Amino acid sequence: MKRKIITCIFIIAAFLLQSTIFGRLTFSGIRPNLLIAITASIGFMRGRKEGMGVGFICGLLVDIFWGGLIGFYALIYTVIGYMNGSFQRMFYEDDIKLPLAMIGISDLIYSMVVYVCLFMLKGEFEFIWFLEHVMLPELVYTILVTLVLYQIILHINRKLEKEEQRSASRFV
Amino acid sequence: MKIKNQNRIPSKYILLILIVVCGILMGAEQLTGGKGPLSFVANYTIIPMQKGIGYIGRWTGDMKDNFKTLDDLKKENEELQSKLDDMTIDNTRLRQEQYELERLQELYKLDQNYADYKKVGAHVIASSGSNWFSTFTIDKGSNDGIKVDMNVLAGSGLAGIVTEVGPDYAQVRSIIDDESNVSGMTLSTSDLCMVRGDLKLMSDGRIRFEKLPNNDHKIEVGEQVVTSHISSKYLQGLFIGYISEIEVDSNNLTRSGYITPAVDFSNIQEVLVITSTKEDLTQNSSDSKGE
Repeated sequence: MKRKIITCIFIIAAFLLQSTIFGRLTFSGIRPNLLIAITASIGFMRGRKEGMGVGFICGLLVDIFWGGLIGFYALIYTVIGYMNGSFQRMFYEDDIKLPLAMIGISDLIYSMVVYVCLFMLKGEFEFIWFLEHVMLPELVYTILVTLVLYQIILHINRKLEKEEQRSASRFV
Repeated sequence: MKIKNQNRIPSKYILLILIVVCGILMGAEQLTGGKGPLSFVANYTIIPMQKGIGYIGRWTGDMKDNFKTLDDLKKENEELQSKLDDMTIDNTRLRQEQYELERLQELYKLDQNYADYKKVGAHVIASSGSNWFSTFTIDKGSNDGIKVDMNVLAGSGLAGIVTEVGPDYAQVRSIIDDESNVSGMTLSTSDLCMVRGDLKLMSDGRIRFEKLPNNDHKIEVGEQVVTSHISSKYLQGLFIGYISEIEVDSNNLTRSGYITPAVDFSNIQEVLVITSTKEDLTQNSSDSKGE
């Protein structure tokens, strides 16, 4: 229960940061994608189910406040959460390379899907321009922010896990 | 513990269920055309927090202004004073023309006064967090009489249009957004054109206009573009911006180019929402004609 509440606080905080404060901290009009970072990190820390759950909630928030069609972003985020959950076995806390790579790849996949579904189908075929001016800057900025954000999530996850182990051993 | 785990539904099926739910949501919105209960829930959870952050942001902005030095303020005051003088001269001239116009309109029995739209002020509390679209959220909604398709002004120019309304918030799509299309008109010659938002120009703060007829009318850089009379969603005569580049298309029939919008989209804090939509106006006039 405590974990669920803390995860919800994380999601809402990331959403609020992205829509308000990072709107002022843009680099050439590009802002980082914190929601992808949260979805991916919870995915590979906690597994498929939680990754999907977090992804679904993040996606719904995006749909309601930023998107047009409800359910579209929810679908992308859910699948990304699931994919990251599949890498739970490869995840070690001390290794930061895998999380960074996973978050980067997730962000790239997200951008690609948005480009193909919302721009390419509209007849905008200049993929290279979009790659250079939107996707890659967003990826770099997201990874930079993740370097800080990830440490916070990791720290809290560790604390929660310790607590859960303690309460579990009490019952035995 | 182990037995419990085995009884759980495998994550594959949960994924499938969620995908189906998303599909149903997408279909449902197509049918009902609204977000219904979800926007209601959002209104009482996220919106108050965004309002709080917006309030803190404005407060710190005010604090920063308080620390401006006297010299700066004096300089600004001088500048504004000289501007005011210019404006007064302009204003007298325009007022004379206004009287003349009113007289002529009376002669023609035209009764349209574009400047007198009723407006409601609102604060911008959040922007879109996505890099692909340019929308923002304002802190007034259907409780304050805001409806979908109302036009939104910022400063002197057109900023966007309301696309979604919740009880206490509304979503505005700005005119530089990739999905935005505004029917425009050059002020001096009344030639029609399409003003299209483009993601590629969004970071420069420019918008593209197209399909301006290549006729004898001479249109130069600096020409003002306003919303046209044929638009079905935008009220007539709202200022969009100045033409910054113009060239004849290769088909020799139309002209296209770029507009510098009157609104600084990177920094919108307060907006004005016009509380009458074009639909209301056209319906009213057709009703009165019918009687």
